[in-house]
Amino acid sequence: MTDVAVQPAPVRRTPYLARWAATPFHIGCAALIAAYLVAFLIVPVASVVFVAFWDGSGFTLVNFADFFRTSIMIESAWNSIYVGLMTVALASAIAVPLAYFTVRFRFRGAAIIQTLGVVPLVMPPFVGAVAMQLVFGKNGSINLLLMDAFGFRIPFMDGLNGVIFVEALHYFPFILLNLSASLANIDSAMEESAQNLGASGWRLFSRIVFPLALPGYVAGAALVFAKVFDDLATPLLLNVTNMLAPQAYLRVTSVGIADPMGYVISTILVVLSVMAVWLSLLALKNREFATQQRGGGGLSKREISRGERIAAYGFILAALFLALSPHIGILLLSVGTIWSFSVLPDGFTLAHYTTIFREAGGFMSNTILYCAIAALIDVVLGAMIAYLAMRTRLPGRHLLDQIAMAAVAVPGLVLGIGILRTYFPVDLPFGAGSLATFWLMLAIAYSVRRLPYALRSCSAALQQLHQSLEEAAENLGASKSTTLMRIVVPLMAGGILAGFVTSFATAAVELSATLLLVTRDANAPLSYGIYVYMQSPAGRGPGAALGVVAVVVVAIATWLSFRVAERDRAKRTRSGMAI
Amino acid sequence: MSGVEIERVSFGYGGAPILDDVSLNVAKGEFFAFLGPSGSGKTTLLRLVAGFGMPSSGTIRVGARDVTLVPPWKRNVGMVFQSYALWPHMTVEANVAFGLEQRGLPRAEIGGKVRRGLELVGLSQLAERRPAQLSGGQQQRVALARTLVVEPEVLLLDEPLSNLDAKLRVEMRHEISALQRKLGLTTIYVTHDQEEANSVADRIAVLDGGRIQQVGTPVELYDRPANRFVATFLGTANILEGHVTGRQFQSGGISIPDIDRADGPAAMAFRPQDAQIAPPDGPGFGGTIARREFLGGTIRYSIAAGTHMIVVDVPHHRNASALEIGTPVSVMIEPARFVTLAG
Repeated sequence: MTDVAVQPAPVRRTPYLARWAATPFHIGCAALIAAYLVAFLIVPVASVVFVAFWDGSGFTLVNFADFFRTSIMIESAWNSIYVGLMTVALASAIAVPLAYFTVRFRFRGAAIIQTLGVVPLVMPPFVGAVAMQLVFGKNGSINLLLMDAFGFRIPFMDGLNGVIFVEALHYFPFILLNLSASLANIDSAMEESAQNLGASGWRLFSRIVFPLALPGYVAGAALVFAKVFDDLATPLLLNVTNMLAPQAYLRVTSVGIADPMGYVISTILVVLSVMAVWLSLLALKNREFATQQRGGGGLSKREISRGERIAAYGFILAALFLALSPHIGILLLSVGTIWSFSVLPDGFTLAHYTTIFREAGGFMSNTILYCAIAALIDVVLGAMIAYLAMRTRLPGRHLLDQIAMAAVAVPGLVLGIGILRTYFPVDLPFGAGSLATFWLMLAIAYSVRRLPYALRSCSAALQQLHQSLEEAAENLGASKSTTLMRIVVPLMAGGILAGFVTSFATAAVELSATLLLVTRDANAPLSYGIYVYMQSPAGRGPGAALGVVAVVVVAIATWLSFRVAERDRAKRTRSGMAI
Repeated sequence: MSGVEIERVSFGYGGAPILDDVSLNVAKGEFFAFLGPSGSGKTTLLRLVAGFGMPSSGTIRVGARDVTLVPPWKRNVGMVFQSYALWPHMTVEANVAFGLEQRGLPRAEIGGKVRRGLELVGLSQLAERRPAQLSGGQQQRVALARTLVVEPEVLLLDEPLSNLDAKLRVEMRHEISALQRKLGLTTIYVTHDQEEANSVADRIAVLDGGRIQQVGTPVELYDRPANRFVATFLGTANILEGHVTGRQFQSGGISIPDIDRADGPAAMAFRPQDAQIAPPDGPGFGGTIARREFLGGTIRYSIAAGTHMIVVDVPHHRNASALEIGTPVSVMIEPARFVTLAG
């Protein structure tokens, strides 16, 4: 209306809490989460970076100058970069054709390819590394067969090659999954409109399909690079020490916790890891932009000819064999008597399993205890952060979310060194030793490392929960806390459970931080046990048996979390509402 | 049951306000509609009445009670959400019982009220179902029952029919309207569909750009639009902007005599069915048929007259002959059919 306002409208200050849509309880939760993240993520990582630039009295670049003057460091840096890039290249050679097959062709192999996607989740590379020596090493099964048949060997596992090979086989699914998702999200109308305008074949691929799929590829490749860069245990088990992560570990464990070189390397690891993760996120952000049209349905699929089918199946089976070879390898190793200079073990036995059930029960119960605590912390923090970020307007809520997610870019090794540095001087009461090596610290380190997984799961669950479901409850007289208990938590339960299982499963196979924080075998978890067993030839059998146990546990957990997530999604989509 | 008073309410922190100094009175028992295009602020205003968000200034009263700072769960205004917001993890019965449980009613009483609520919307047989097993129209009814059983002081409906197909929409609109009359409940209905608002509401507030453009009965709004926005948002209108000099209105080559208005700039509007087409050189102003659209009951002619394109509807009946494009005609309007627009 155009009537002239005679008096100014009555101004009423909205109370702060109302404007933030937060209660004192919310603010308390936010403070608690912030304290936890500061104590166990920010301070440890910051202390690592701080020491790298500290000469005892002030800022210095001397430590970095030392780094660049030491030939072993320069060599390690180049080796790490080389291994990272070559792993991405080899992983791409496996993953790109597989992704293309699944989205472009209609055939049954697609299901197998999807299954491959979980390989890196179920078994970390270090578990299979030793077994891979026996399958692909100089005197391993494959080379012995090659030598017999053709008279030559392929140096799959020599030096850096071994690291590249093992890492690529474990991590190619990251590229496969991201790239297939990207390809599947391309609106078929985009391809069809290009065809309608006269584009086909190479031009269609290079101008339309490739640019739209590129972000997914970059995201996956950057993740692979970051993972390989951070991996400590695989090079160590393959006796490769001239890379950055093993160097940092060796400096800290042999020269001592005061040696600055370990911190310099850690700082470099953090910077590179953050850059890789940032690149990956950036690429994914663009992907959303590129495929924001809804109901794309992916590229048009076509039937393949007989010849193509044979070639595709051949490739898929080869990839499947390669991807499963570490698993087959440790399985054979775990039931073999002696396996040396032969294609298969000399004989088979279950003795290794009886050994581990006699000796290694402590590892298993420790893993279950630590990982359950870590996963519990993760889902509680994850659900709270997700709720604060999405349902309140509390200042700093997004910062909280971002810091928690940033843990994904912190290498386990760096977190381990940081926790040692920060909490080693803190003594527990009653002579229980240092806080840094107290067993609970392992659970805490795991929880910080895996918080992003649980947080993502909780956020996704809350995002799918349309806010009107909560508003309807409030409208009918339910307070914020009643709404939380009766509406939000029951509807998020699937996501929370999936987050718990994912955190649990991935924490069970974490080794980098573990290696630094475990001081006594009695406190050690399963992953540490595998590592220790695998180091001696006599321990390989039991180590492999432990590995098999770990894989089975993690596989069951992963399968469960997929089931939960699937059922949850099915429940929602059946509702046919915009919820 | 109570009325709703909205007094000088503004909303939005920083930037352009979403609601700008809105005042409204909804009478007790009235069926009131907020009508406007998307982004007009109508849903925001409804949500403020329910307590979702706080006005940056102004007061909202339900009955005599100032509820501006009262949280949603203490307001007792029932809202039916656009998405229905039925909880997928509860049965229909549990959904409907929820509000009664929050009010701490004894179990037996809750059972009876839920049964009567579901009877009211004709869904007694579906009490054990989950929302996912219901059709869109059934979900809508459950949402309605869930809100009605708590006997709210005011019923708020946010685009309640937008997720239904066209036929069901008309059916539900009659049903809602009948239910409201039966219960005599003060109701605010948000919609962007003028036909829907016209058919159900006693009075309508037309919103645009966060401001109220006009409040009135459907007929008042149609016949006497206050401004250009209302005139064009509710139906089609010919709007002529020009000058009045000595009872003669001039605009872009059109001249209309006998206008009862002081000299000065003016905007005049008339509906397509309020004009008549006559042979050229008759009374009125001259023009040429430029376009013809057959709409069934009427034929809509666009007539080029001066710099204007005037739209005129002529009733159609069988065997009536239509005018060809290019035919010169004259357009005649009774002075009483003109509306003068503000602004």
